[in-house]
Amino acid sequence: MAAKSTWSEQVHRVLRTQNVRQIGYVPDSGLKRIIELVRADKKMCAVSLTTEEEGIALATGAWLGGERSAVLMQSSGVGNCINMLGMAIECRIPLLMIVTMRGQWAEFNPWQMPMAQATAAVLGAMGVIVQNVEAPDDIAETVAAAGKLAFNTNRAVAVAIAQRAIGTKAFK
Amino acid sequence: MSARKNGLDRRKAVAQILARRGNALVVTGLGAPTWDVAAAGDNDLNFYTWGGMGCAAMVGLGLALAQPKRRVIVITGDGEMLMAVGSLATIAVKQPRNLAIAVMDNGHYGETGMQATHTQFGVDLAGMAGAAGFRAAATVRTTAQLKTWIPRLYDNGPVFIDIKVTAENAPLVLPPRDGSLLKLRFRQALLGGA
Ligand SMILES: Cc1ncc(C[n+]2csc(CCOP(=O)(O)OP(=O)(O)O)c2C)c(N)n1
Ligand SMILES: [Mg+2]
Repeated sequence: MAAKSTWSEQVHRVLRTQNVRQIGYVPDSGLKRIIELVRADKKMCAVSLTTEEEGIALATGAWLGGERSAVLMQSSGVGNCINMLGMAIECRIPLLMIVTMRGQWAEFNPWQMPMAQATAAVLGAMGVIVQNVEAPDDIAETVAAAGKLAFNTNRAVAVAIAQRAIGTKAFK
Repeated sequence: MSARKNGLDRRKAVAQILARRGNALVVTGLGAPTWDVAAAGDNDLNFYTWGGMGCAAMVGLGLALAQPKRRVIVITGDGEMLMAVGSLATIAVKQPRNLAIAVMDNGHYGETGMQATHTQFGVDLAGMAGAAGFRAAATVRTTAQLKTWIPRLYDNGPVFIDIKVTAENAPLVLPPRDGSLLKLRFRQALLGGA
């Protein structure tokens, strides 16, 4: 019996099926596997960013040039994007953000708390549609739905993957 | 520090750069660089930004990666580029052959009242681009240097030039500003359909 695929493998397949080619990212431990899969995929163009807002601008340029893009980040990175999101919203750029949450389930690091707890609110305030996902088995389906929403209706959509789904980072 | 008197005329420099654009795709940084490019002649293949300060170089990268056969020219200001120095590293790592960045460096935040930027105190944007790994990077101070560097903007990239221009505000030439419109007309001209 083949081992059940992980959510990272499933999401990678979704991105591939939906022709998402440029993938910007700033790492999070929860994103480790999907970043490896994207980097290994010759049909994709992985772009390591110095700050998450670069990914919003990258996605804008990609769409102007006829390509789909997604941005992967930790919840703290959402704070780095706020003003740049204004461009994506004003231009009605389809934007797919995959955000792994910290500062939730059994968090150890208090410095993660303020931004994590504000993440959904600030995205919402900017006009980004937020789709939360709690169960690992629902992640790929949620990303697929978010991608359709983004690329079919020219909207900015963020999938917020709960810390509980990924596992709490252990400091040891 | 007083406004820089010597330096190139930004309107002339931008017009000279764009005179040979052919079907190149152009991205502008907010404020005066947007007006400079509009003054050189409106074009559906200009993506003018009116906000998103710090976006210009990375919009250029996304576009260059999506359209590897087309030349992409980013024309922006020193203040806008300073807000996004990290993107110089991101771009250098991807080494897009078709991307060029030209900074209109007036040593000031012109749009907001001519406050000094770091370039006025010796911060070397071309040096930073070169150190990041741009294939070619230079500071351009004279018309002769500009003349030799313009062809390189259309040659193997990533290329970066920091053009020292005077700190005088040129007359406003305002292009369309609705973001959806700018996106749609650009995509229609480039890709057909929307
Ligand atoms: C995030 C952000 N901060 C500040 C501003 C205000 N602002 C608009 S244009 C500008 C200066 C741009 O300077 P530069 O890129 O050097 O262009 P110049 O007008 O000097 O040609 C500033 C600070 C802004 N629009 N967005
Ligand atoms: Mg300036």
